[in-house]
Amino acid sequence: MSVFLQQLANALCVGSLYALLAIGYTMVYGVLRLINFAHGEIFMMAMYIVFYGIGLFMLPWYLGFFLTIVITALLGVLSERFAYRPLRNAPRISVLISAIGVSYFLQNLATVVFGGRPLTFPQVALFTDVIDLGGVKMQRLGILVPIIAAALLIALMFLIKKTRTGLAMRAVARSYDASRLMGIDLNRTIAVTFLIGSAMAGVGAIMWGMKYPQISPTVGSMPGIKCFIAAVLGGIGNTTGAVLGGLLLGFVEIMLVAVWPDLSGYRDAFAFVLLIVVLLVKPTGLLGEKATEKV
Amino acid sequence: MKKKTLSLLLTLLLCVALVGVLFLLQGSASDYLLRIARLCAINLVLALAMNLINGFTGIFSLGQAGFMAIGAYATALLTIPAAKKQMMFMIAPLVKPLDALTLPFGMALVIGGLMAAALAFLIGLPCLRLRGDYLAIATLGFSEIIRVIITNMQNVTNGAQGLKSIPANANIWWCYGVALVVIVFMGLFTTSSYGQALKSIREDEIAAESMGVGLFRHKMLAFVLSAFLAAVGGGLLASYNGTIGPDMFRVTQTYNVLMIVVMGGMGSISGSVVAAFIVTIGQEYLRVLDGPITIGAFHTDGVSGMRMVVFSVLLLVVIVFFRNGLFGTKEVTWTSIGRRLKSLSGRGKEGMQA
Repeated sequence: MSVFLQQLANALCVGSLYALLAIGYTMVYGVLRLINFAHGEIFMMAMYIVFYGIGLFMLPWYLGFFLTIVITALLGVLSERFAYRPLRNAPRISVLISAIGVSYFLQNLATVVFGGRPLTFPQVALFTDVIDLGGVKMQRLGILVPIIAAALLIALMFLIKKTRTGLAMRAVARSYDASRLMGIDLNRTIAVTFLIGSAMAGVGAIMWGMKYPQISPTVGSMPGIKCFIAAVLGGIGNTTGAVLGGLLLGFVEIMLVAVWPDLSGYRDAFAFVLLIVVLLVKPTGLLGEKATEKV
Repeated sequence: MKKKTLSLLLTLLLCVALVGVLFLLQGSASDYLLRIARLCAINLVLALAMNLINGFTGIFSLGQAGFMAIGAYATALLTIPAAKKQMMFMIAPLVKPLDALTLPFGMALVIGGLMAAALAFLIGLPCLRLRGDYLAIATLGFSEIIRVIITNMQNVTNGAQGLKSIPANANIWWCYGVALVVIVFMGLFTTSSYGQALKSIREDEIAAESMGVGLFRHKMLAFVLSAFLAAVGGGLLASYNGTIGPDMFRVTQTYNVLMIVVMGGMGSISGSVVAAFIVTIGQEYLRVLDGPITIGAFHTDGVSGMRMVVFSVLLLVVIVFFRNGLFGTKEVTWTSIGRRLKSLSGRGKEGMQA
């Protein structure tokens, strides 16, 4: 029983992390109709920033975390400014290739600046201490991650549903032209979307790093792709769906390996199988709206 | 008719000239130069394979690395001598018929290609019903699944240890021979009625369908052919490299090829050919950047990987500012060269008169 609870807690933790990253994909897809291939690399950069901030420059953890989130958010905005904005009127495939270009660039940049050798993520005792909850032993992270993720998601929902900025985002997601006519600053709204999505990736990276403490230039690609899958699973463009998809992916992945340990080598392939099944059975995802394409 | 025979004659002449150049290269060039020359041809094959599906048909597939992996593993397993195989498979012995089987290189390449084509057919059944970026991510997913399966199939692929001592069959004749065949095939195929149908799908699916082009059938044809060519390219690469492992066929491998296709122009054979040479040679000569650099008072001790940063910036610049690459969808043909020459000489005369 306690083993089961342990797995359950682990699944909740991983699922929340997936959800945090999936939000970034789904928000960007909502306003730009673009799979932001560089999102995983922004996540990777955030892990390096934490390493340098806390591990090397000995900043107190709260300051290090704060700076990481700010820098990561700015990095996301910068990538949009230089790689996506010039292509606003280009075919979507060009923007997709540009996103691949950014991801490729950030990976190579990280290799040059930070070196290809894997580094160890700095541990913050407050989060990584092991605690005992009625027989279930886990890092304090296991409880904190879902709580932090839930708080952030509620704040995000509030922002999207109740504020003017959120209204602008929803309008831009509907139609560029109509929202321009309503006096919405398109570029500013898209930049804000990237800002929020990347900040979420920053938070996700910090907590991911404490759970899986290895950093390398390619560390972002697998979580990146998996969280995109989580976003598709929930219905891309839908924030609640992204959270649901992230949690679901986390649960299924952990539970599958827990029940059939022989499959652990195939853990990474599993998400893709799930993606393909979803795309075939219900391409709009669990909560996605049905979009009719006009001829 | 006369024009056609002339261009055929010119093409044959060019082929003879190419063979001559290759003879000269093999006789006089250093091993290092020959290596780069071979890599150019292999990248050319890989780029054309990707261009067929991504450029000509307009289907943004990111699964090339998976098909390359199949070609590479098939070629390696079918050409490595039996004794070497026995030494290599330490964790789990190689499965029965493969452990003693060795085939000629050409046959191994074709078998690898056919295997990839068969798999592409199965992958295409679900994937080709998707569109745009969904299709991109689904094909990428399949490519990753292939890689994960290869990593886990210890008794066939030797798992994460990879395969070593693959015979170096891919000499300059094989590389350029295959490249030439692929170029000629692509030239004929893209101008055939099938090629025209593929281009019409790229321009507008709905219009193409209403003109009677079977969308799924044609997309599948392009996808399967592209997988075949990618696997042949992968097989050449395996033999060129001598060692392969599952990590070689990550998504990055697809991106490397994509870079060539985008730079040359999506939907241009000439573009892919020229870009394959530029990118391959460029990547070699930019190795200078990895070494120590002194600019005035500024000095670095050499950072490995610097050239890849420069290259990725270059790729971004090409996408953002020159979206159509070097050639767009245009081709260099004898007619276009003739026209260019005529206009040049015409301008020359005007210049003299003035």
